[in-house]
Amino acid sequence: MPLLSVRDLQVDFTTRNGRVTAVNRIGFDVEAGKITAIIGESGSGKSVACYSLLGLLPVPPASIESGSALFDGRDLLQLSERELRQIRGRDIAMIFQDPMTCLNPYMTVGNQLMEPLLYHRKVTRQQARARALELLAEVGLRDPESTIDQYPHQFSGGMRQRVMIAMALINEPKLLIADEPTTALDVTIQAQILGLIAELQRKRDIGVIFISHDLSVVADIADEIVVMEKGHVVERGDRQAIFEAAEHPYTQKLLAAIPAGSKAPGEVPRDDLIQVRNLCTWFSQGRGAEPLRAVDDVSFTIQRGEVLGLVGESGSGKSTIGRSLLRLVPVTRGEVLFDGTDVTSLQGTALKQMRRRMQMIFQDPYASLNPRMSVYDTLAEPLLLHGIESRKTVEQGVLRLMDDVGLARAFVRKYPHEFSGGQRQRIAIGRALATRPEFVVADEPVSALDVTIQAQILELMLELGREYGLTMLFVSHDLAVVRHIADRILVLYKGRVVEQGTGDALFNSPREEYTRQLLQAIPGRGLL
Amino acid sequence: MWRFVVGRLLQAIPVILAVITVTFFLVRIAPGGPFDSEKAVIPEVKAALEAQYRLDLPLGQQYLAYLGDLAQGELGPSFKYPGRSVNELIAAGLPATAELGAYALLVAVVLGGLAGVVASLKPNSAQDYIPMSVAMIGICMPTFLLGPLLVLLFGIHLEWLPVAGWGDIPGDKILPSLTLGAAYAAYIARLSRAGMLEVMSQDYIRTARAKGLPEWQVVTRHALRGGLIPVVAFLGPAFAGLLAGSFVVETIFQIPGLGRFYVQAAFNRDYTMILGTTVFLSTLIVLFNLLSDILAAWLNPRLRAQYGEA
Repeated sequence: MPLLSVRDLQVDFTTRNGRVTAVNRIGFDVEAGKITAIIGESGSGKSVACYSLLGLLPVPPASIESGSALFDGRDLLQLSERELRQIRGRDIAMIFQDPMTCLNPYMTVGNQLMEPLLYHRKVTRQQARARALELLAEVGLRDPESTIDQYPHQFSGGMRQRVMIAMALINEPKLLIADEPTTALDVTIQAQILGLIAELQRKRDIGVIFISHDLSVVADIADEIVVMEKGHVVERGDRQAIFEAAEHPYTQKLLAAIPAGSKAPGEVPRDDLIQVRNLCTWFSQGRGAEPLRAVDDVSFTIQRGEVLGLVGESGSGKSTIGRSLLRLVPVTRGEVLFDGTDVTSLQGTALKQMRRRMQMIFQDPYASLNPRMSVYDTLAEPLLLHGIESRKTVEQGVLRLMDDVGLARAFVRKYPHEFSGGQRQRIAIGRALATRPEFVVADEPVSALDVTIQAQILELMLELGREYGLTMLFVSHDLAVVRHIADRILVLYKGRVVEQGTGDALFNSPREEYTRQLLQAIPGRGLL
Repeated sequence: MWRFVVGRLLQAIPVILAVITVTFFLVRIAPGGPFDSEKAVIPEVKAALEAQYRLDLPLGQQYLAYLGDLAQGELGPSFKYPGRSVNELIAAGLPATAELGAYALLVAVVLGGLAGVVASLKPNSAQDYIPMSVAMIGICMPTFLLGPLLVLLFGIHLEWLPVAGWGDIPGDKILPSLTLGAAYAAYIARLSRAGMLEVMSQDYIRTARAKGLPEWQVVTRHALRGGLIPVVAFLGPAFAGLLAGSFVVETIFQIPGLGRFYVQAAFNRDYTMILGTTVFLSTLIVLFNLLSDILAAWLNPRLRAQYGEA
């Protein structure tokens, strides 16, 4: 008998525009001792389905219309809030997506960690603390004794996710629900966390539900895979069946979205548009302290029409390089020659004219668009500011841009919140291209997006790059994504370039240990 | 932490100096003087009085002499209460005002905080609308209207509570404290509701629920601290407002506090008294602002670390 058996589950939401069925009569089983992955895009209902089992959905607007969820002989959907609370955090525990926001910033890690134990079991504080220390060590925190009384902000993202895992496991639950536990993390950290979850699951022989938008993430760890689309389960099967013989077109689409292969080699070499020589960007850390050497003596060139990939973890200085080139942060030392002109010393009008030729696409399309400006306003602003269109022709200019980035013209008066993440990134790309720049810095433009959307946006960027003759610096922590789009790749570690080469060269014969680690970290690399 | 406190205290010195300077010259610009009255005073007597209180010196010298006294903690003699110093008068009025202020602050924090938290737990329901509507009325209603209304209702109509006095009859402190605290309770209710709503939508609240904690523990253990930080930061400015408001309330309820001295001093052109109370109160306000900033920072581990390092 499975550990959890969900049948006929339907969850509706009451919205301003009427009722929406988020989860439509789905069924799946979770076996004890196995990892069951639920895969689907944002809005497919995968998280809603799991939250509804634990009574974690706000009711209203949500309502569970039908279904049963047998867990340990009891139907979770029939339990009272009180009975369900006994199960939550004790028999079924959860890990959430964003470890930065899921821990209480006002409580020490230790107090948060001990809470489920103290609440559900009869233990003393000393016993709970001892158990918490054991678990922190087990999830791989160095020196738990001294970190247990620290606050979450003193931990890195990966460490916080380890704390979350420890917190979920402290009551030895029978079922662990992990909701996109690695989506907010760098690839290398993701690989560690995935390994940790798999290891802890094997050791304890518990059931795990692993929710993700990305099939490649679960390629190495899932036993069973459930694929959801628009509230329906469209395909179910064991890992091998899904990866080798997927039947449903949506599953095939998800598989195709996994970035694989490298870009076709470019044409004959052209002249250098950008030459970076001995670039240093240091940040002051207060009086007396050593400056933070975010970028330390980096040199490279980008040819006209080339896409240069910049890969590294958080803190490697990859974003700072992009910002330094555009003069968005002050450069400490070194030269950045753009078409022969050193941009590090430009001022006033000359700088403004240079900026027109260089643009940036940011990571988070939710934060980088002004919520009070419609698409029209966002796109018209740079067109007018740089005198590319006059008041009379600006409307045509805006519509042309929308065509280019694949947004329906009918959306022109809509505001950012009315769009999905992928559509917003299209707006952001349109804004960057409005001034007809020669050079674009794309800073993690797809890492906040679902895989399927990611694939579309990468395709769009490649296409626009050709059409506009763009030179691009593409910054990402994900080697697989960069390989897909870049002609040449620089690998960055602690502010320095450790290796460079074409995607194929790096993948097939990495020379540096760090590059090898990055390659190891790519999820589902067996698929590539 | 100490560097932060000392730095803030040093910043306060120019602020208070500016307050002194502006007040000193403003009261001199106001028409009339301390010894003008309906009855004409014999010129020789007036001259003798002015000499005694240094009013015959040039204004600049008077100012410097005052600063000199102040540096030694001397606020000077009162013009209207001969033989008593401003220090003595403040010491006499302070206990009542401080007590009134403390009770009013208590009313504001307890009533306001409670109303705000309760309202935030079920937004857009009766539980939210009723306290928030009352709070809105509280903000709109001036103290000089609310006081007499409360007196009418509880003092005269229902005869539950005394209508005036301070510490004479049991229960005579309730109405003044309520009157003074009401508006601030209303502000605090709105602040704490907004703060709690923000915190309750955070991801870590969902984490707390996923641990199986009952809702009241989710609120008290996980939400309150973050939700009430804006309220703590507001306490400093609220205290300043309470002091200003206490003048009105003291007058309505015949309380022998600082406020009445202050108001009378202004009418009487009692220069030293006006200056003395102003200096005293502005120092208190600066201190309380500092205190509420420290408290708010201490409640937030992130800021605590920052100040700790600074």
